[in-house]
Amino acid sequence: MDNRKLLYQGPEWDFELLRRVHDAIEEIAIGEMGLNVYRNQIEVITSEQMLDAYTSLGMPLMYSHWSFGKRYSREEMLYRKGAQSLAYELVINSDPCVAYVIEENSMTMQTLVTAHASFGHNHFFKNNYLFRQWTRASRVLDDLAYAKRFIADCEERYGLQAVERTLDAAHALMPQGVSRYAPKHPARAKDIAIKAESRKSHQEATFNDLWRTLPKSKERRKTDHDESQEGDDNTLRLPEENLLRFLSLHAPKLKDWQREVLDIVRKTAQYFYPQQQTQLMNEGCATFVHYQIMNRLHETGQVDEAAMLEFLHMHTAVVTQPDFDDRRFRGINPYALGFAMMKDIERICETPEPEDLEWFPEIAGRGNFMQVLRDAWADYRDESFVLQFLSPHLIRKLRLFAVSDISGSPHLSVDAIHDEAGYREIRRRMAHQYDLSKREPEIEVTEADLKGNRRLVLTHRVRDGKILSSDDCNRVLRHVANLWGYRVRLIEIDADTGSTLNDYDAVALP
Amino acid sequence: MQVIDRRQNPKAKSLGNRQRFLRRIKSQIRKAVNEAIENRSVADVDSGEKVSVTTSDIGEPKFGFDSTEGDRSYVIPGNHDYQRGDRIRKPSGGGSGSGSGGSPDGDGEDAFVFMLTRDEFLDLFFEDLELPNLAKRKLKSITSTKWNRAGYANDGSPQRLNKSQTMRRSLARRIALKRPRLHELNRLEEELEAARAEGKDAEHDEEVKGLVRRIEQLRYRMQAVPFLDPVDLRYNRFEQTPKPTTQAVMFCLMDTSASMTESLKDLAKRFYILLHLFLTRHYRAVELVFIRHTYTAAEVDEETFFHGRETGGTVVSSALEEMLRIVRERYPVQDWNIYAAQASDGHNFDHDMPRTIALLQHEILDLCQYYAYIEVGEEESSYTSALWNGYSQLDSHPQFARAKVLDPTEIYPVFHKLFASNRQPS
Repeated sequence: MDNRKLLYQGPEWDFELLRRVHDAIEEIAIGEMGLNVYRNQIEVITSEQMLDAYTSLGMPLMYSHWSFGKRYSREEMLYRKGAQSLAYELVINSDPCVAYVIEENSMTMQTLVTAHASFGHNHFFKNNYLFRQWTRASRVLDDLAYAKRFIADCEERYGLQAVERTLDAAHALMPQGVSRYAPKHPARAKDIAIKAESRKSHQEATFNDLWRTLPKSKERRKTDHDESQEGDDNTLRLPEENLLRFLSLHAPKLKDWQREVLDIVRKTAQYFYPQQQTQLMNEGCATFVHYQIMNRLHETGQVDEAAMLEFLHMHTAVVTQPDFDDRRFRGINPYALGFAMMKDIERICETPEPEDLEWFPEIAGRGNFMQVLRDAWADYRDESFVLQFLSPHLIRKLRLFAVSDISGSPHLSVDAIHDEAGYREIRRRMAHQYDLSKREPEIEVTEADLKGNRRLVLTHRVRDGKILSSDDCNRVLRHVANLWGYRVRLIEIDADTGSTLNDYDAVALP
Repeated sequence: MQVIDRRQNPKAKSLGNRQRFLRRIKSQIRKAVNEAIENRSVADVDSGEKVSVTTSDIGEPKFGFDSTEGDRSYVIPGNHDYQRGDRIRKPSGGGSGSGSGGSPDGDGEDAFVFMLTRDEFLDLFFEDLELPNLAKRKLKSITSTKWNRAGYANDGSPQRLNKSQTMRRSLARRIALKRPRLHELNRLEEELEAARAEGKDAEHDEEVKGLVRRIEQLRYRMQAVPFLDPVDLRYNRFEQTPKPTTQAVMFCLMDTSASMTESLKDLAKRFYILLHLFLTRHYRAVELVFIRHTYTAAEVDEETFFHGRETGGTVVSSALEEMLRIVRERYPVQDWNIYAAQASDGHNFDHDMPRTIALLQHEILDLCQYYAYIEVGEEESSYTSALWNGYSQLDSHPQFARAKVLDPTEIYPVFHKLFASNRQPS
């Protein structure tokens, strides 16, 4: 091998080397793979800082809350005991894209991490439709800094306890604090008033007494009536799926700062929503990108065999998928499945088999797999990605099978295995598994009496008989009641039959 | 592309979170700490502690599905020989199917375990406790001092150099010794330049000659009188001033007579261990005196007090007399805050009771800021001991308190009661 082309040798790294490796990777990622990324920022941190960052929801700056301390205490003990190793990197969806790497990493690790986070994840963040739609990367860090300052100010002004109570309640509702449909920007009361005002002034300016003499049509009279009513009835916009937003807008007793705290937590939850829906693809994309880049670096003689072996050791550990009966089995490993599916797409594009031509007529054998992958990374989320691209080949390779667990039956039944009859069923169910709306209970605000007894009613639409666990439900409901300030009721209604299954009730603490 | 080194950023960013977390589970930690006191051997109470906390107080509830209800389906990898239509018996004790498949979000936690550092442990342990009536302040034994500014000194370390004072002296000296100003020299040199430019010669022209001589004089003088001389230097001076400290002495009186069984002694020792820990941790200036007694009393060192073996009859007054003797010898009442904690099983020779009570009532309680009596016993009974009976007449003294300890679990509560900072005089 031509040693002159080598970027580095041995495990030691320095800042100059990081920069050179980044540039070499950039050449491959942008030039050859056609990735489109935010500007990169790589920050070197210590293991303690890493622990700190990922116990605070993986954010570099976060407001203070005991639950982060709890997580830290836990992780720290596990880490010190050696029961658990640290994440090698952490990447923030921001512009510039901030990637944290630990100082203890070897140079090969740093190379891998740069390819994985600063190009793989970065490309995904910048291009995937969910991220484009939901998060504004350029503002993430500013928002976090604001939140931290705001909460700290509140603690000083209103006391730790009061802020903690509000945050606890808000955290409990975090999964119910996301809006699942594209944000529309509802007109605010102030804007409506301004609009009405301008309309009125326009009418006054163009007033002509002559119009009064014209007879009014029936239709016209009706719309007039509607306009005057609009202000009262529609303000609550029920049913509302975003409990945090509803409470921050309408809870009668909350103070302004509390509403702002709810909004901060809601925005944090919303920030993570695209990540939860694309974990498989995001990790798959990053893993595919680092694999591709490391191999290209090796092919072009920029890293040596030793580095390559170290990389492969690391890589295989990351993409291992233990079988269901293995002690290490913890569900499907998103790195493994994501990477396998993307490698599979490459195979289908480059060397398809007759079966692939039948299943994937649009992409099979058309070459240029990077284009196909880039499109997939941009336009899909986990659920639709699996539904579209999980191939029979891969189902056979992973020996996937579908099991159903019907409550009341003493048996699990195997519904589909990797055979001709089972492919579609497995693919459908697998996609289901990644459908976030099926994993989270569907809870909405359905009734709120703002004038009378001020009771709030939440409804859980129960599907497949999956009812809420009552302990947690009662606890969360108490939090809701404390925010709302009055009695809160939660009804569980079977989505199919409409019958009421459970009824919970909670009152606010005085 | 930017590489930033964040390793030097302030450490312990999560400290605030940790404190908030600890505050939240304070009561649980207290309980855990209390258990640690019961279960540990007397010697290693003061080390860090692994604390296990149940989830209920620190749970973060979320709406979630009941894992035992409802229909579910999973897709899982690694089929070996299952065929479609196969039925697998559900593993007993849970309907969650084959392992955790399909529900990666449903991670359960049991008891939450983490480590408390020794300092956190003890801080929580002794929170809200204090020595009552700590009043007399005396500057005799100085244990802490404070650095105060005290004018200027002629020498010192460079970082203490006081620039304005130094420059003032430098300026005064330069004026007094008529050090030529720099601009004066410059002016003369310019004049000389100008004269030379006009073609005048130093050898013939008197004016130029004068200028040259003058410049030489000035140069010489400037060298002779330096701009800054060692005599100008002034340094900030600091002086140690003693901080008024409260001196206190704690007398630990323990009955080691035959009637004190091993388990009773253990109880008493655990109490003193706590007391010892508390005092050494919170009051650096507190001295401890250990007295153990049977029918005679002797002052012993810490080691002997906690680990020594000695038995005999019981004469409580002997210990009190020993205490009085030590007070007279070493701890003048006007200078010292005097405390005493007595632990006993309550037995005393009958003939000694009047003397004991008299000693306490007329001498010791007047000296003491606080006198605590702890009676250790095996079990609750209607029988009241001689001392408990006798001491009941002392309850009217505000500086006297007594409590019973029957079980290791009660030690911490009793200790807490006796030394709580918001203690109501009995």
